[in-house]
Amino acid sequence: MTDATQNNADDNDLDTTIYDELPDAPPKKRLKLSWTGKIGVAVVAFWLVIVVIGPWISPFHEADIIGDDSFMGIWTSTEGEGVHILGTDYLERDIFSRIMWGARMTIGISVLATLLAYLIGVTAGIAAAVKRGWIDMVLSRVNDAILSLPTIMLGLLIVVALGSSIPILIGTAAIIYASSVFRIARAFGQEIMVMDYVESAQARGETIWWIIFREVLPNAAMPLATDFGLRLVFVVLFISSLSFLGLGIQPPAADWGSMVRQNLEGLQYGSLAPVWPALAIASFTIAINLIVDDISAKSGGDLARKMIS
Amino acid sequence: MQRMVFHRILIGIITLWVVSVLVFLMTNALPGDVAQIVLGQSATPESLAAYRAERGLDQPLISQYFGWLGNLLSGDLGTSKAGGASISSLISERLYNTMVMAGIVALISVPLSVGLGLLAAMFPGTWIDKTLTFGTLALISVPEFFIATFMVLIFAVNLGWLPSVARVSAEQSYYDWWRSMAMPLLVLTIVVAAQMIRMTRAGILNVMNSPYIEMAILKGVRRKRIILRHAFFNTIGPIVNVIALNLAYLVSGVVIVETIFAYPGLAKLMIDGVQTRDLPLVQATAMIFCGAYVILIILADVAAILSNPRLRNPK
Repeated sequence: MTDATQNNADDNDLDTTIYDELPDAPPKKRLKLSWTGKIGVAVVAFWLVIVVIGPWISPFHEADIIGDDSFMGIWTSTEGEGVHILGTDYLERDIFSRIMWGARMTIGISVLATLLAYLIGVTAGIAAAVKRGWIDMVLSRVNDAILSLPTIMLGLLIVVALGSSIPILIGTAAIIYASSVFRIARAFGQEIMVMDYVESAQARGETIWWIIFREVLPNAAMPLATDFGLRLVFVVLFISSLSFLGLGIQPPAADWGSMVRQNLEGLQYGSLAPVWPALAIASFTIAINLIVDDISAKSGGDLARKMIS
Repeated sequence: MQRMVFHRILIGIITLWVVSVLVFLMTNALPGDVAQIVLGQSATPESLAAYRAERGLDQPLISQYFGWLGNLLSGDLGTSKAGGASISSLISERLYNTMVMAGIVALISVPLSVGLGLLAAMFPGTWIDKTLTFGTLALISVPEFFIATFMVLIFAVNLGWLPSVARVSAEQSYYDWWRSMAMPLLVLTIVVAAQMIRMTRAGILNVMNSPYIEMAILKGVRRKRIILRHAFFNTIGPIVNVIALNLAYLVSGVVIVETIFAYPGLAKLMIDGVQTRDLPLVQATAMIFCGAYVILIILADVAAILSNPRLRNPK
């Protein structure tokens, strides 16, 4: 589905270039990021690389208990093993390596959950917008019920009921966040469905699928892509919060949220062990928000804001 | 107008009912027989049957649900699995603690964030605005426990000013009580205020983009006057909406903060219940949290309806 959206968006861009000379030509969508946005892109790219190659380049295995002591400081070394760049955790494991392994868990699971949320949310949202009637009615009411619960409560309840495993975690996050995606996709879908170009497509006798894939999805793609970033941040925070409460990713697998929790007592002994994974989460989520903020700031230039400042 | 508000409240009540069904079904989807878990492996079939009959566990699920709902509505929250104490007695003190914390946080964060949001919106693009926007963006992007961890590192470990565990009790002196509350209050206030500042700023800037403001700019009204005379009153509705929504976000913040600081509140009780699989306790606490959340969301919607003349008098 995302592939189709992508291709259509590209086609769309090609089409617009033909009409460039016309006075009412649509503004060109050229993404120019400010320096904060570029930093964001760099940090996100860095973590994505770690997600892919982290376990191979990390000095130790995530579950190796190799340190001389728990809560060793930064840049201390164990006889015959090597340097612990960020020290060791409460179980004498190498924190630096665990953060690299944990990237795969935290970011990997979050990305999967967000993709699944989008698949569910966009499909249902577009279906509700296009079909209307009772489908819209039922989907919207179910959605309201999910949205009216605090996410962390819903997560806790599902984990209590079904136990905590990675597939359940992904499914839980996907269902919870699909509801907000649904709301946005439905709103955009409804807006687009009453546009003149959709009406003329209908008058031409195009099928409903043609309209969805050629008109609705390409036009909703950009705002949805921006929203994807925000949603990903929420999912990362949700999953690490559950892990922090001890109900998310289970040990011995390394995961940033549970790493903070497990090493929290280290603060009392002057160890920075819980700070590093917390910083890892923060760097990733702040970076995504910087990109999203940059894009949304660019997309709305208005007279009043320019004049008043 | 009354019809719209009434309609919204009705939807809220239906939502609460759906929530009760969800909470009941989810906690009942647990594998394992409650009677077996409570009485242990050595229980005889007779005692198991007696336990089930006593608790109504031999009834079909539907009648169990309505029994539970009836008890809930009449204020009987059941008995905890651990220790057999009545849940109402377990909850009352915890609920009071959580309400006190949420209340203080609301009292501090609402004026603070509306003020700062207004400040940022009055001077868009200046260093005040940039600092506030970036600072709050950073704060809302990180998990609550990140902020809490750093607060502990700074104020408890490095400076040694505040305790890292919030033990509160009735015997404490006034000074000690505030000292133990300081850290959780600080963290929650930061979390909620960051969100609220951004939304207030966005709300005012949104109004600033409307045609009548453009008109005011074009006829040469000063910026301060535009914001305080024209924009502010029209943003009261959205701001009240933002406040109610953010107090609802407090619910999830409370869960994390109470756990980190071991604060004896309702959320801590619920997490403990989740970990020991104490179903009646989880059901009761989850219902209280979800109920509070739904009520705050309804308040937000009603505020939005009341503040918007177009919604107030629909054509």
